[in-house]
Amino acid sequence: MSGEILFWSITISQVLLALAMLAASLRMIAGPRAQDRILALDAFYVAAMLMLILFGIRTGTSTYFEVALIVALLGCVGTVALAKFLMRGEVIE
Amino acid sequence: MNQLADFPLWAAIVVSLLCLGGALLTFIGCLGLARFSSFYARIHAPTLGTSFGTVGLLAASMLYFTVSAQRVAVHEVLILIFVSVTTPVTLMLLARAALYRDRAERNGNVPDSAGQDVVVESGDNLQ
Repeated sequence: MSGEILFWSITISQVLLALAMLAASLRMIAGPRAQDRILALDAFYVAAMLMLILFGIRTGTSTYFEVALIVALLGCVGTVALAKFLMRGEVIE
Repeated sequence: MNQLADFPLWAAIVVSLLCLGGALLTFIGCLGLARFSSFYARIHAPTLGTSFGTVGLLAASMLYFTVSAQRVAVHEVLILIFVSVTTPVTLMLLARAALYRDRAERNGNVPDSAGQDVVVESGDNLQ
């Protein structure tokens, strides 16, 4: 009983997160300017990190957690570097 | 998932609600990102995913691993602290960069900077 509840709710949550990633990638393709694309990439990173956490719950292993931690770290650093590039024209001055 | 037939029912219901709520809020945030009309409206939408979506899914993960492994799993708090600290900083940097670009191009949909120029001028006078 509880196994079926967990299975279906995690499946529905993963479908919702996949739709969120699809919306973010649509904005990344269509976005009229560079800052829209960077914002969409940031949202895409967050949705992918949450998807990895759901994979971790589904499989019951904690390996996916490490991957989600690294994705959270690198997504933040990437967004900061791209915003700095938009602001100054260079990443490292 | 099959080895968890003896997972407690109350914990399964709570984990399911937290997962569904977090994923639904993330989806609503990304839908707003895809549908809003200007960049400054769009930058508000994905923070729904980074605040409530992340909190919901990480709380679900914590509860699941605490109940199933019979130990306290608190290392999800690391992701929570990191995301909640860095998201305002990165989005503030991105909004400043977008404002700078719009002002440099003078395309008319953002006001000119009033306070920043005054501060710079007074700094020049002091020198």
